[in-house]
Amino acid sequence: MNARAPAAPADKVLVEVRDAARYFDVSPPLLNRLLEGKPRLLLKAVDGVSFDIRQGETLGLVGESGCGKSTVARLLVGLYTATRGTIRIAGSPVAMLATTAGRDLRRRVQMIFQDPYASLNPRWRVGRIVAEPLDVHGLIGEDGSVSRDSGRIAARVDELLAQVGLSPADRPKYPHQFSGGQRQRISIARALATRPDFLVCDEPTSALDVSVQAQVLNLMKDLQQRLGLTYLFISHNLAVVRHVADRVGVMYCGRIVEMADKATIFREARHPYTRMLLEAIPDIEMTGKGRVPVAGEVPNPLAPPPGCAFHPRCPHANERCKVELPVARVIAGGAIIACHADEEGRLPALSAEVLLD
Amino acid sequence: MTPPLLEVKHLRVEFAQRRGTLRALDDVSFTIAPGEVLGVVGESGAGKSLTGAAIIGLLEPPGRVSAGEILLNGRRIDNLPDEAMRRVRGREIGAIFQDPLTSLNPVYTIGRQLIETIQTHLNLSHAAARRRAIELLQSTGITAATERIDHYPHQFSGGMRQRVVIALALAAEPKLVIADEPTTALDVSIQAQIIALIKRLCREHGTAVMLVTHDMGVIAETADRVAVMYAGRIAEIGPVSDVIHRPQHPYTRGLMGSIPSMAHDVERLAQIDGSMPRLTSIPSGCAFNPRCPDRFDRCTRERPDLMRVAASEAACWLVEQGTPAGAETAAEVAP
Repeated sequence: MNARAPAAPADKVLVEVRDAARYFDVSPPLLNRLLEGKPRLLLKAVDGVSFDIRQGETLGLVGESGCGKSTVARLLVGLYTATRGTIRIAGSPVAMLATTAGRDLRRRVQMIFQDPYASLNPRWRVGRIVAEPLDVHGLIGEDGSVSRDSGRIAARVDELLAQVGLSPADRPKYPHQFSGGQRQRISIARALATRPDFLVCDEPTSALDVSVQAQVLNLMKDLQQRLGLTYLFISHNLAVVRHVADRVGVMYCGRIVEMADKATIFREARHPYTRMLLEAIPDIEMTGKGRVPVAGEVPNPLAPPPGCAFHPRCPHANERCKVELPVARVIAGGAIIACHADEEGRLPALSAEVLLD
Repeated sequence: MTPPLLEVKHLRVEFAQRRGTLRALDDVSFTIAPGEVLGVVGESGAGKSLTGAAIIGLLEPPGRVSAGEILLNGRRIDNLPDEAMRRVRGREIGAIFQDPLTSLNPVYTIGRQLIETIQTHLNLSHAAARRRAIELLQSTGITAATERIDHYPHQFSGGMRQRVVIALALAAEPKLVIADEPTTALDVSIQAQIIALIKRLCREHGTAVMLVTHDMGVIAETADRVAVMYAGRIAEIGPVSDVIHRPQHPYTRGLMGSIPSMAHDVERLAQIDGSMPRLTSIPSGCAFNPRCPDRFDRCTRERPDLMRVAASEAACWLVEQGTPAGAETAAEVAP
């Protein structure tokens, strides 16, 4: 039953998402709808995304605020139920997570949140925070055996703290006694307690200073190598995603517009939105260089533009883009792209500046 | 060389606490030339925003300037009475803050706020002030400014609101703008637009900018010079490309190596172990010494002041020894 093998074949799919969608009902109250004739209103936070995450890899998900990337994270850990579509982790549907039969799956999927100040109970000592998953699931041995021996649980907490660079002496302390980076280490230790296979990391370093961010990113990479973890890494920071991810998906208005391995995305991005994002990031290598900023803003998710949601900002948009939604196509190398201009070969070749080399 | 527009000399800011005095800024000195963009970087708590607040006279009590001087065009402004300082603020120094929503009053239209600011500082009639407000909005890239001027802040998106705040800051044509994390709350594509806007307007008006941010990428693209702050002091200050490519201070070197870059791949990021000391327990000698890989005896005993090295200045004893840390570039530091 235990699938945590660091040497698992690289192409074994751990997470399978098919046409997943999540809508939120943001309609005005019933009375207003009846009296003022206001319509029902649906916010399509995620509207049909499909992707796979292979065992042991890191999939990066990037996009601007409101593009639906955090909703995808919450769908994967079962914090939201999908309005449509299926999500399977190691073959089991995520819908099962909330049932008793989903206990083993819950153990195998854990999440790290953005804000380490909000995700740790301020009134619990670190030892209790890290031991909580062990209370719920029992102590999971290397071989998947379950034990509830309190002495062994304490030893495991010490081991987990050491694993994330903290000391067993930190066990009786409270979260407020730690800095932001150390708190994020506590969250990681808690997530690792049940020996998960799959960690969903929603902006895990966005609240941290750069030097602390480097510590946490290095730690996450080390742990992945040592424990054979699979990550979904969500961030708005493309440089961070470039550093940690093996493959990268770019989201815009609830859809994945492009997904490819890291080298392809950062060197030969095809979707105009991906190119725009790459153009826009300030980089320390760019001293003194000017850039052409992209016009326009992210559209209102309650009233996304018809056709391709990116068309009002896209320099290559034509009549077709304004009416017809582009479907995601799988192209050479297993990359995914949803763009009419790319399909029709209307996109210009990449200019040297876009390559950022 | 032109005389500096802003001169900060040995600035010290202290907070009187029940359990003694907290020294949040100590011996901070730098200048900004007319039209120059000075970037100020550092981690949270390094004192970068506090430096900005001290310059515009907006320190929250019990914080106060306890030593040093701040001179604007050769005139001391740190000891001005409140009323005189109020005239300096807005007229001579503009301010742009991180969160555009809290910088604007939600119950007034943006036109009313702009006109009020313009009329406070410039002797213009209401109609002339309104015309000027519309011009300002247009110059910050707000389309249909003649209609938008009568809208309330909540009717604007985050990026548009920040444009309004920039228009407000530039309303009285100040010679210096203090921009405290102006793009941190914005998405990357909007961030690029706002940076380009700040750069263009400051060039057109010859406005100097003190750009406070933790984002080294923003500094690299915008600033002429950069000051790196650590634990309430300037660790290094110099031309932006020197500081990025030939950092002299071990802290700057670690900081540069810890930033994931878009241009090259590294397996591991350079890592500065530990975290910045709390203001209550700043180590003796160089504040960075407990985390410094190149520390030697003197660092734990004596505090280094800024010393000139090439085009930069760095507060590090290695510089005086002549074996500066920055022999290699930040990229090569990664192990």
